Amino acid sequence: MTDQPLSKIISRPRSPSRGRGGWSNQVSGWLLAAPLAAVLLVFLVLPIVMIVIVSFWGATEFSIFPAFQFDNYTFLFGSEVTYRVFLNTIKYALITWIFTLLIGFTVAYFLAFHVRTLNWQIALFLLCTIPFWTSNIIRMISWIPFLGRNGLANSTLLSWGVIDQPLEWLLFSDFSVILAFVHLYTLFMVVPIFNTMMRIDKSLIEAAVDAGASGWQTLWHVIIPLTKPGIMIGTIFVVTLVMGDFITVRFMSGSQSANVGRLISNDIALLQYPSASATAVILLITVLMVIGILLRFVDIRKEL
Amino acid sequence: METRPRSFYILAAFFTLFLIFLYGPTITIAILSFQDPQGGLTFPMRGTSLHWFRDLFEEQAVGDIWGSFRRSFILGLMVMVTTVIVSIMGGLAFRKRFAGSTLLFYLIITSLVIPSILISLGVGLIFSQAGLSVHWSTSGFGAQLSWTLPFGLLIMFAVFNRFDKSYEEAARDLGASPWQTIRHVVLPIIAPSLIGVALFGFTLSYDEFARTLLTAGSYNTLPLEIFGMTTNVTTPVIFALGTLTTLFSFIVIAVFLLIVWLTGRRRAKQGSDAGKGLV
Repeated sequence: MTDQPLSKIISRPRSPSRGRGGWSNQVSGWLLAAPLAAVLLVFLVLPIVMIVIVSFWGATEFSIFPAFQFDNYTFLFGSEVTYRVFLNTIKYALITWIFTLLIGFTVAYFLAFHVRTLNWQIALFLLCTIPFWTSNIIRMISWIPFLGRNGLANSTLLSWGVIDQPLEWLLFSDFSVILAFVHLYTLFMVVPIFNTMMRIDKSLIEAAVDAGASGWQTLWHVIIPLTKPGIMIGTIFVVTLVMGDFITVRFMSGSQSANVGRLISNDIALLQYPSASATAVILLITVLMVIGILLRFVDIRKEL
Repeated sequence: METRPRSFYILAAFFTLFLIFLYGPTITIAILSFQDPQGGLTFPMRGTSLHWFRDLFEEQAVGDIWGSFRRSFILGLMVMVTTVIVSIMGGLAFRKRFAGSTLLFYLIITSLVIPSILISLGVGLIFSQAGLSVHWSTSGFGAQLSWTLPFGLLIMFAVFNRFDKSYEEAARDLGASPWQTIRHVVLPIIAPSLIGVALFGFTLSYDEFARTLLTAGSYNTLPLEIFGMTTNVTTPVIFALGTLTTLFSFIVIAVFLLIVWLTGRRRAKQGSDAGKGLV
């Protein structure tokens, strides 16, 4: 082999871009981030700005006009409906959160600590996540044959003699709304919790067992505290998805229940964009406040 | 092998119930889509037929399904390619800790958690006030990117946090230019994750509803078309459509997973045998 003399390789000057935080690093960083920044500017920042602006505009029955008035907010805060709907939204979020957390944690715990080979873990994990890549609307429609008046649930219960008459509250009720939420969003809990659990050093659990901890004690004092970041990320997903939803509530409640998202979409359908925008601004502030609180418990950048 | 504790069997039963809960409804509508022409939206099956699938292929019966499928498919591909490219660039950018990277990071998180109807409303308002008309390939495309890009970038962050920088240093020490390092070292290493990003890009776009609602204009995408059907179609034809589009999603997922598996196998075959030779 005809290698270059070693001295020549070693003395080769380091390229300036190698220094961390150097000027050329800054420029190439900006250039690489430019497309991302452009998309987020046009399709995230500007829409928010636009909504805030329009929330101060006025509206007639057919059109909207620029103005700077607080009418939309005055109306919003003056109406008893607003408070009821916001409360209902928070109720949905809270109940869904409890169920998705309990189910998601149990499923992730089973996958991470009771399934022994990695291949089985991957296979079962994929089974849990595949529905995420299919249509939410179809998954909602799929509940009709189950929950309808003549659906599977009712006919089974009737034939068992548990009930004499079909239950009316199975479909188009708060029950079906929350069932659909849990069905759609549990995997947003499973994935981050499983991810965090897989990173727990197994020797910590052995240590707990060796020190005489029972199964429950290990779970409560070792596993749950170490899984907290995953739980928080899952919580952020579930809570924001439920709070921002409008289609699940509309479809699964048969337009009988309302949440904030539906309030907004109803205004949109009536072309009342300024009042829809005002509601949207309040919703956004509420969601960001919730996230702000949750983010105090977890550093997302560290958890990826 | 040591015997399994009792908790294993309890949890396994719970997990099985969870899978039934997850897939049961989908399987039910798959069965009901073969309902007899006289049958309704629920059991019992009055007989089996392909009537409702045939209905889908007749133009007038249920609106513009095939047109909307074509649009959703094209849009999915557009979003997929853009998501992959922008996510790679963004992922590389975030390794450099440029000024403003923290702000951009929080924008990505905001894009993920913001209620989708706000994007729909905001983009719709901007286009109408600017005198532009909304169209699935412009405003719809951008609105969907605001949903797929955060997922793509989160995957890239996870990948680059675990990336062994010594490979790049080795390439540089051998005289590779920055571009060569990325093209021949970084990209091949992260390729399986990029297939994952592509899967997210395509399927999230293909199924996206809320952000497309006010931004797609007069030509519907498939989820919008299906939702429109839920309000005025009361026959199993909607189950047939649901079954077909879910089947399509499954095929897409299977193809992506197969590619990941094949690249992994090829890599294992062609991988270095360093350390496995004679000791």
